[in-house]
Amino acid sequence: MALDDTKKTRIFKVVGTRPDRPDGIDKVTGRARFGADMVAPGMLTGRILRSPHAHARIVKIDTSRAEALPGVKAVVTRADFGDVPDHVADILDNCMAGQKALYDGHAIAAVAAVSPAVARKALKLIEVEYEVLPHVTDVDEAMKPGAPVLHEGRQQETVPPGMSQNVIARSEFGHGDIEAGLVQADRVVERTYRTAATHQGYIEPHACLATMGADGQGDLWVCTQGHYMVRNTCAAILGIEQGQLRVTASEIGGGFGGKTTVFLEPVALMLAKKSGRPVKMVMSRAEVLRATGPTASTSIDVRIGMTKAGRITAGFAELRYQGGAYPGSPVDMGAMSAFAPYDLENVKTIGWDVVTNRPKAAAYRAPGAPMAAFAVESAIDELARGFGLDPLEVRLMNGADEGTKSSYGPTYPAIGLKATLEAAKAHPHWTAPLGENQGRGVACGFWFNFGGDTCVSLNITPDGTVTVSEGNPDIGGSRASMTMMAAEELGIPYDQVRTIIADTGALGQNEVTDGSRVTFAVGLATIEAARAAKREMCRRAAMVWGIDEEAVEWEDGAARPAGPNAGRFPPMTIKEIAAIASNTGGPIAGHHEVTAEGAGVSFATHMVDVAVDPETGATKILRYTVFQDAGKAVHPSYVEGQFQGGAVQGIGWALNEEYIYGEDGILQNPGFLDYRIPVASDLPMIDTVILEIPNPGHPYGVRGVGETSIVPPLAAIANAVSAAAGVRMTQLPMSPPRVLAAIQAGG
Amino acid sequence: MVKVLLWGSLADLADGTREVAVEAATLRDLLDGLARDHPGLRPELERGVSVSIDGRIYNDSWFTPIGPESEVVLLKRLQGG
Amino acid sequence: MSRIHVTTTINGDATEFLCDAEATLLDVLRDELGLTGTKEGCGTGDCGACSVTVDGRLVCSCLMLGAEAEGREITTIEGMADGERLHPLQKKFIEMAALQCGICTPGILVAAKSLLERNPDPSEEEVRYWLAGNLCRCTGYDKIIRAVMETAADMRRAS
Repeated sequence: MALDDTKKTRIFKVVGTRPDRPDGIDKVTGRARFGADMVAPGMLTGRILRSPHAHARIVKIDTSRAEALPGVKAVVTRADFGDVPDHVADILDNCMAGQKALYDGHAIAAVAAVSPAVARKALKLIEVEYEVLPHVTDVDEAMKPGAPVLHEGRQQETVPPGMSQNVIARSEFGHGDIEAGLVQADRVVERTYRTAATHQGYIEPHACLATMGADGQGDLWVCTQGHYMVRNTCAAILGIEQGQLRVTASEIGGGFGGKTTVFLEPVALMLAKKSGRPVKMVMSRAEVLRATGPTASTSIDVRIGMTKAGRITAGFAELRYQGGAYPGSPVDMGAMSAFAPYDLENVKTIGWDVVTNRPKAAAYRAPGAPMAAFAVESAIDELARGFGLDPLEVRLMNGADEGTKSSYGPTYPAIGLKATLEAAKAHPHWTAPLGENQGRGVACGFWFNFGGDTCVSLNITPDGTVTVSEGNPDIGGSRASMTMMAAEELGIPYDQVRTIIADTGALGQNEVTDGSRVTFAVGLATIEAARAAKREMCRRAAMVWGIDEEAVEWEDGAARPAGPNAGRFPPMTIKEIAAIASNTGGPIAGHHEVTAEGAGVSFATHMVDVAVDPETGATKILRYTVFQDAGKAVHPSYVEGQFQGGAVQGIGWALNEEYIYGEDGILQNPGFLDYRIPVASDLPMIDTVILEIPNPGHPYGVRGVGETSIVPPLAAIANAVSAAAGVRMTQLPMSPPRVLAAIQAGG
Repeated sequence: MVKVLLWGSLADLADGTREVAVEAATLRDLLDGLARDHPGLRPELERGVSVSIDGRIYNDSWFTPIGPESEVVLLKRLQGG
Repeated sequence: MSRIHVTTTINGDATEFLCDAEATLLDVLRDELGLTGTKEGCGTGDCGACSVTVDGRLVCSCLMLGAEAEGREITTIEGMADGERLHPLQKKFIEMAALQCGICTPGILVAAKSLLERNPDPSEEEVRYWLAGNLCRCTGYDKIIRAVMETAADMRRAS
């Protein structure tokens, strides 16, 4: 019995420590090669001509003058691409417009030339005749009958008749009876909340370097969250076979979901094909903001009923998300996650997916969830404060637990929500005194987390060190985590393992680095690959010892006889087994290919103190603490880093960041000066508390941690600002003029 | 028979019921059975769905076993960032 | 259009290059000289990823013309380590996980080194304001600020 118990609680030797990351020296010396850092002999510069209109029919494109310019080697328009399969039709149209320009910045044509100067000049020589159409950029306006319509015939069968064609889909989730629940409430809060579109804001603009031969073979170097996705998507768009296109992922300078699709890559390949030369394309910051995915802007109605004791009797939310120019806003996930932290008898959410004349929304860290949490967590806070109740106690009273039927359907296994709330309650931050014009806010957040297709190949070198090849770009230290899990499983030191990101020719299909999946899914595959290698090494040792392979076990980096009956042999280390691999059957490797399922959901509670200047409406973040369940923190420093980074992106979303469109439908702030992301002087330290409620779906209990951390901050900060300003804030960003106006109107 | 919980807006497309019963021992049986018995669900199934089986979410694995007592919930296809 | 001949010093090495009149120092460093450690995040002086020092002064290399490098001493991230010996800031950034994706790291290191040369004992607020021109989207700055403060303390102890 005692033996069984000790086996349950695994003692980790490497996992949970904080070793230096393997890509550290390259990144502090400038040697690391990112998307724009690659060159090829004879390389051309590719540039894109973009629409100056929010909505326009493309009547005619005349590229003849550009083609005639000396130094121009290729010009590409949509006419160069053939018919493509349905699943990539919108992606191609977003990369290169077909019939219509659908937003300011939409790609219209592209050139490849011998220098940036010639390319710029060539773009000016392309003559485009537009028929300018009426446009719409606001979600509520776009839903009105009579609004300018972007696409005909895209509406799904879920949408009731009579609505604008811009309304693409309706979804509904939940259980129970809302009206019956609201009747039981002592108070019902009913409000509309709005959030602005924000951009992922990665510091590295999109970049790639493409070559494409007449034989149909192509090579692509690209900064992306998923080079296998890039391969598959580009192959479909260009009508070539996936096996003929080899994609290598550069180091990636941030993604946050924004690099989970393609923008430049098919165009670069087409330019390379037409010119017969390598073509490099790098976006400017303005192009990144105008034409790559921000997240949706939203308008959300909430009705929540609560008893004076703090029990939520019903929760309802209707969410309207505009996802830019093509169907597929993240509204479903917003609607599914809105009430996910709570155990509710009566809950219902309705989601509307709406198109507008804005760039197509790309995934952004927990896509769709932060806005929904902003609305729901604000309303819960308002109710709790209205009754004079402790907002943490109210959340604990209503919080989901193991066995709770979630708002989106499934019954939860063991989850960490209440652990984060208890940790928050016990933390000194919760009881620290506040000064004048200061307020404290809390909020909870949830994210699903994913698995997906994953391949890992682990090779034992002749000297007994280990190389791990995986197929997911390392966006926040995942090579360190894989190295640690391989070392842990093999029982060898961290510095005996090196992990690389292999190109698409080296491994099978790998899902994009998204959904907080990498440490979970690639970690799982790494552990399984290491186990396969261990089995093989045990077999080799058994051969040498002349005993049954079942009688050999692996411990601390060596094969050992499993017990006294197996025979008396000294342990054979990984180095000793590797040294004689050629004599015992050949090189030793382990590999694992899997569609990882069983990613555990993740919860967080955030707590924040702010000061609001009543004269200017400016908000200063004074103190911030993140409490989140990591399942098992493999490298705690990088877990903390995910918590801190997500919180600060949320701070930007809450206070400053916003896509601002003029009446003309043109983006007014396509630069970091006016699209203001948080800078160091805006912020305090971001404190973190890591909870570890193991995920039963992973051998070490790992849960994804990357996305949940951006879900609570919008509401936590809104609750803090509302408390400090004495007026409920329902619209993001809470920029100084907006807060000042609210104070003046409310006071 | 496995009971499958549908999300709200699917109910209208499945004869107004939130819970349908399908003869299924695996995820593949389940998806095939839903499409066969409830043609109204086909567009959504073709767009892709995720399925929660006893609280764990599956996207693709056809031969994931499903027990007669399993809690099965059809979910919108999940996407991460 | 003829190109301009420029004689300068980069990371201690006498360097000559030809550049177009409108080429920025950043373009020259990256595209002419292959010093791609200096990054372009915005091209408008807002993000600091292209930070270098010119005669000891911290500048955004995207806001300076290549031709203006004539007769100057330029230092880039590639000049920060002494051979295989990392600068204490570089070591501390690795040790304290003060980078995630690493795209802003060269600019932040150049800027932080420039700070510590002027002020060996900066307060947290001084570090935050000095680095306010260097955007990082991954870390929330926490570990960066801590790494700079700890490096400063180590360097004070060592001197």
